[in-house]
Amino acid sequence: GKKLICVLFFSQLSRVVGAAKNETPQSRTFIRGIQTVTLIPGDGIGPEISNAVMKIFEAAKAPIRWEERNVTAIRGPGGKWMIPPDAKESMDKNKIGLKGPLKTPIAAGHPSMNLLLRKTFDLYANVRPCVSIEGYQTPYTDVNLVTIRENTEGEYSGIEHVIVDGVVQSIKLITEQASKRIAEYAFEYARNNQRASVTAVHKANIMRMSDGLFLRKCREAAEKYKDVKFTEMYLDTVCLNMVQDPTQFDVLVMPNLYGDILSDLCAGLIGGLGVTPSGNIGANGVAIFESVHGTAPDIAGKDLANPTALLLSAVMMLRHMGLHGHAKKIETACFDTIRDRKVLTKDLGGNSKCSEFTEAICQRMKDMD
Amino acid sequence: MAAHSAVLSASKIINPFWVGRLGNTAKVFGTTLISHRNKTSLTGENIPPPAKYGGRHTVTLIPGDGIGPELLNHVREVFRFTCVPVDFEVVNVNSALETDDDMNNAITAIRRNGVALKGNIETKHTLPASVKSRNNVLRTSLDLYANVMHCQSLPGVQTRHKNIDIMIIRENTEGEYSSLEHESVSGVVESLKIITRNNSLRIADYAFKLARERGRRRVTAVHKANIMKLGDGLFLQCCREVASGYPEITFDSMIVDNTTMQLVSKPQQFDVMVMPNLYGNVVSNVCAGLVGGPGLVPGANYGHVYAVFETATRNTGKSIAEKNIANPTAMLLASCLMLDHLKLNDYASVIRNAVLTTMNETRLHTADLGGQGTTLEVVQSVMRVIQSKGQFTAEL
Repeated sequence: GKKLICVLFFSQLSRVVGAAKNETPQSRTFIRGIQTVTLIPGDGIGPEISNAVMKIFEAAKAPIRWEERNVTAIRGPGGKWMIPPDAKESMDKNKIGLKGPLKTPIAAGHPSMNLLLRKTFDLYANVRPCVSIEGYQTPYTDVNLVTIRENTEGEYSGIEHVIVDGVVQSIKLITEQASKRIAEYAFEYARNNQRASVTAVHKANIMRMSDGLFLRKCREAAEKYKDVKFTEMYLDTVCLNMVQDPTQFDVLVMPNLYGDILSDLCAGLIGGLGVTPSGNIGANGVAIFESVHGTAPDIAGKDLANPTALLLSAVMMLRHMGLHGHAKKIETACFDTIRDRKVLTKDLGGNSKCSEFTEAICQRMKDMD
Repeated sequence: MAAHSAVLSASKIINPFWVGRLGNTAKVFGTTLISHRNKTSLTGENIPPPAKYGGRHTVTLIPGDGIGPELLNHVREVFRFTCVPVDFEVVNVNSALETDDDMNNAITAIRRNGVALKGNIETKHTLPASVKSRNNVLRTSLDLYANVMHCQSLPGVQTRHKNIDIMIIRENTEGEYSSLEHESVSGVVESLKIITRNNSLRIADYAFKLARERGRRRVTAVHKANIMKLGDGLFLQCCREVASGYPEITFDSMIVDNTTMQLVSKPQQFDVMVMPNLYGNVVSNVCAGLVGGPGLVPGANYGHVYAVFETATRNTGKSIAEKNIANPTAMLLASCLMLDHLKLNDYASVIRNAVLTTMNETRLHTADLGGQGTTLEVVQSVMRVIQSKGQFTAEL
C-alpha cells in the first residue's frame, strides 16, 4: 500500500520535473512573456533591413526582445577560426536567431561565415518555404511548397583529392545518422505545419549506395509518420515536373547538392532570393532564420533595400516559436502591401524607399487593430 | 598508354588505402586514352558508317522499357512508309536482374553498326549496387562522351516562357555517374565524383566546335566550383583554356543554383551551355520542362566513333506505357537526328517537317500537351503530311 503510493508519487514527480526540463520555446514564452532572440544584422544592406524588421515587430507588438550580436570570424586558441564567444553564448542561451546577409571576403584566410555558423551550431536542416506572392508576378502562380535540405554532408563534404595530375576526385558522403535525422525532421515539420505529403528526391538509379541509404532512411521515417503521405521521385523528374506544374509538390526532402539546386529553383519560381525566407534548424533546439540574398553593397546605406526576405524569415521564426497570431498579422500586412502595389521597393517594381515600404506595413498593422 | 601505367604504378606507391579506389579510377581514366587512338573527327565531319548491302544502313534498335517499344514501332512504321533506306537490328535488353549477356549483345551490335536508336532501360534501384544502370553502362562502354540537347520553343506549344533556344552539352561518361561507391564504415557511404582533365577538355572542345559550326555567340559553363574547388575548378579551367582558342565566341560561367533560378525567370539569356554530368541532368530536365515537356525534345549521345539517339530526358514512362497516349514527337525527332548523322538529310527533313507541321499547324496534341490526340493519330497525321508533300511513299 505505502510502497504503491510512493511509486505513484515519484512517477508523478518525475513527470512534472521532466516536463519542466523539456520546456519548449512555447512554454518559455508563456512563462516569461517576452522571448529574447539573437539578432545578427550582417553586412551591406543587413543593418537597414534588420532595422526595418525590428520596427515592424514593434508595430505588431510582438513579444520579442532583440539581442544584437556581430559575427566576424576570429582566431581562437589553437589557431582555429571561430565566431566571437559572445555571439555563441547569446545563441546558446536564446536558441533562436535571426540573421541578415553576411559577406565572405575573398582570400581572408577563413572559411565562409555561413559555413562557420553551420559547423558551430550543427545546423543540419535548411528549410525554405516557397509560396507565390500575390502582387509580385512571376510566370508561376499558386506555388506552395517547402524544400528541406540536408545541410551538413553530401556533396559538400569538402573532401577532394588530386589522384594523379589531371584526375580529381570529390567525395560525396552520406551517413545513416544524418539521413535519419533529416528524414525525421522533414516528417516532423510536415506534421507540425499540416502538410499532406513528403517527397524524397534522389538519384538512386545512378548512386545506388549513397542515395539508396538516404532513401532507406526516409522510408523508415515514413513508417513512423503514417499520417503523412510519402513518395519518392528522381531528381530529374522533379526538375522536369517542377517547371511545368509546381502545384503538385508539397514538402521535398533531399541531400545537400540536390537541395541547393532545387531550393534555388523554387525561389526562382516565386520571384527570387529577395522575397524568399529561409530557416536553419540545428541540434539542441537551435534555429537560425535568415535572408538568403547577398549583401548588395551597391545599394547599402541608401535606403533602397527590400526587407521582405528577412521579414518573411522572421515570420517563419515566429511560427517556429508558436506565436502564430503575430506571425499571421505581420505576414498579412506584408502581403497586402505588396498586393496593393502602391508602395514597393525598386526590385519589386516600384520606386519607394525601404523606410516607406516599412512604414506602409506598420500602418497596415495599426489599422488592423 | 604511358599515363595509364603511370596511374597503376603510382597506386602502388600511394597509401594502399587508395589502391582499390585508384584501380577503379584508372579504369575510368583508361577508356579515354584508348578512344583517342581511334580519333576520327568531331561534329560535322562525322564519317558515317559504311552503307551496307544495297545502299541501306543498318541501325541497332533497343526498345527498352515503358513507352520505348511502342514509340520505336511507330518510328519503324514511319520509316517504312517514307521508304527510308534503313534497316533495324532489334536487340532486346531486359531490365530484369539477369546476366549481362543481353547488354553485351547490345553493345556488340552497336559497335558493329556504329549507330543506335534506343528507348530507356529501366533501372530498379532496389537492386544491389553491383547491378549498374544499363543506360549508363552503354554510355561508358561506347565512350559516348557528349550528350547534346537542343531546346527550342515550338510555336504550336503553349508554355510560360517564349523564344527559348538553348543548346545543352553535357559530359556523359564521368562526374557523379562514375558508379564508384563504397561503404567504408557501416552507415557511412562514400560516392566518388571523378573529373579528369582529358574528358573536360574533350567536352569543352566539342561544345565550342558545335557553337562555331552553328553560329552561336555564347557558351556558358555551369559549375559549382565555389564549393567543389578542385573538381569543378578543373572543369572550369579546361573550359577557359578551350575558350581562348575561340575568340569570336563569348565565354562565361555560372554557378548551378543561380543557373536554375535564371532558367525559370529568364531562359532567353542562355545560348550554349556546357557542364559536367549531374548538372547536365538537372539543367536538361529544367529546359525540357520549359519548352513543353519530355515528349518534345530529342537527345543525342555522340562519341568519337559511335552515336546513340534517344529522347532527351530519358524517361521510361511506365505509367503511360501501352495506353496510346505517349507523345511520339521526341522519338521521331530523335530518329531524324539519326538520319542526319547517317547523311540521309533529305529523309530527315521530310519527317521532321511533317512532325513539326502536325505539332504547330494542325495542332494535334497528345495528353501531355493538354490535347486529346492519341499516339496513333499523331503518327498517322505525320504520315499523311509526308504523303501530301509529294514524297514517294509506301501504302498508308
